Amino acid sequence: MFLKFSLRSVFNGAGGGNDIQWCFSQVKGAVDDDVAEDIISTVEFNHSGELLATGDKGGRVVIFQQEQENKIQSHSRGEYNVYSTFQSHEPEFDYLKSLEIEEKINKIRWLPQKNAAQFLLSTNDKTIKLWKISERDKRPEGYNLKEEDGRYRDPTTVTTLRVPVFRPMDLMVEASPRRIFANAHTYHINSISINSDYETYLSADDLRINLWHLEITDRSFNIVDIKPANMEELTEVITAAEFHPNSCNTFVYSSSKGTIRLCDMRASALCDRHSKLFEEPEDPSNRSFFSEIISSISDVKFSHSGRYMMTRDYLSVKIWDLNMENRPVETYQVHEYLRSKLCSLYENDCIFDKFECCWNGSDSVVMTGSYNNFFRMFDRNTKRDITLEASRENNKPRTVLKPRKVCASGKRKKDEISVDSLDFNKKILHTAWHPKENIIAVATTNNLYIFQDKVN
Amino acid sequence: MSAEVPEGASAEEQKEMEDKVTSPEKAEEAKLKARYPHLGQKPGGSDFLRKRLQKGQKYFDSGDYNMAKAKMKNKQLPTAAPDKTEVTGDHIPTPQDLPQRKPSLVTSKLAG
Repeated sequence: MFLKFSLRSVFNGAGGGNDIQWCFSQVKGAVDDDVAEDIISTVEFNHSGELLATGDKGGRVVIFQQEQENKIQSHSRGEYNVYSTFQSHEPEFDYLKSLEIEEKINKIRWLPQKNAAQFLLSTNDKTIKLWKISERDKRPEGYNLKEEDGRYRDPTTVTTLRVPVFRPMDLMVEASPRRIFANAHTYHINSISINSDYETYLSADDLRINLWHLEITDRSFNIVDIKPANMEELTEVITAAEFHPNSCNTFVYSSSKGTIRLCDMRASALCDRHSKLFEEPEDPSNRSFFSEIISSISDVKFSHSGRYMMTRDYLSVKIWDLNMENRPVETYQVHEYLRSKLCSLYENDCIFDKFECCWNGSDSVVMTGSYNNFFRMFDRNTKRDITLEASRENNKPRTVLKPRKVCASGKRKKDEISVDSLDFNKKILHTAWHPKENIIAVATTNNLYIFQDKVN
Repeated sequence: MSAEVPEGASAEEQKEMEDKVTSPEKAEEAKLKARYPHLGQKPGGSDFLRKRLQKGQKYFDSGDYNMAKAKMKNKQLPTAAPDKTEVTGDHIPTPQDLPQRKPSLVTSKLAG
């Protein structure tokens, strides 16, 4: 056990967020178009990092595949090219409840690969779908009863028999919905998380969490229900949920009040009573109208090791040790300068923006987005942080990104940007880090940027 | 989160410092209350949550719809209240407003 920990710390050193020089690699999407459907709503690498999926407001999924490295010219790791694209969800209207159901993809989660095909779960506000993505690179030819174009031959014209054979064809990638998990959520689904048993997964809405079996669509177990008997007494909602990466009985869910509850499914069928409650004590004299709103947790992610979890609230990222409930072990300020702009951010609704966060493969660096198309990385070992910008201005491949700095007050230095000049319409809510390498995917409103660290 | 106060300062010194350095959050709160004096007493409480839970609710009144269709020029369309506690639907749909719920037939530009 001790040996494991010391090995981990040796590898941690080479991968610090700020020893890395991040370079522009690719950008996807339209340059000028501002179509609502194109707004990217989720980004996720698969378990090997070979595939990168995005979901958008129009209900579409686009999957990119990393091309195999060119061994001779290894300037960079392989580029990501379009592998498959399909319409995952469509808009619906629930006439009974007068409820419009958006087709926007809230989350995509990949299943670990078991065979030649790839599987992912995608969800909108109400329905989760299991998609199978498979390759077809050969097709049967030489049927006796069918022409090559598919028309049926008159059996009476057949004089000889032949055995159909498989011939190679241009690669075709097909996506087909294999399961549809519907009608289990009254409120809006914010999270899905696949269990480490690879058989079950959870889906969470504002008030309830359900447990599903991947094979069974007509039944779901409710494992958390925080709906009060009288809705007038509603004080908090569920904002995110995730299964522990190793313990299949453990999951966490975060709330709009800044708390995280860890639940153990072995304790009882209905996990309304938490096993652990993570909450940082607040100084009551500091409480303001905004306190609860900015403490609302927009994302929760376990570290790969399973020892820590990270939460994102409006202004900060916090790292919690699962063994310590009373406060986080690390807190990183994402954009503290916004604290003196809360009034305008409340008026323009930006204070309700839900930023996500992610870990790098070795759990040594964490990343999250901000405004003005800035994103931030915090190195947990060196305690250094960096602010970078996703912009087409830096789009020459292998151009090292220049660190950005926001000037909170006082005299603005050259190359700094003042808080009042920040564009609050340019928000980076979704980012993803390759599970093994220093490759990151950063989504601006409707563009996807891929950055890599400088090789040699 | 809390105002920057050096550890080890006595209680009186801390209070003094805090009085001098007004919490930016509290200053922002004062600004907001000045602009919206009727803002609900409960900070960030049930109103936000109820609004969040009701997202997607589209109420339809056929009477209003037909009147709007008949182009009654004198009809006053109620405007959305600036009060953030209002949670009801905010305008009467006209034929142009009713969303044509067609699935997206256009391929994503990310794949272009």
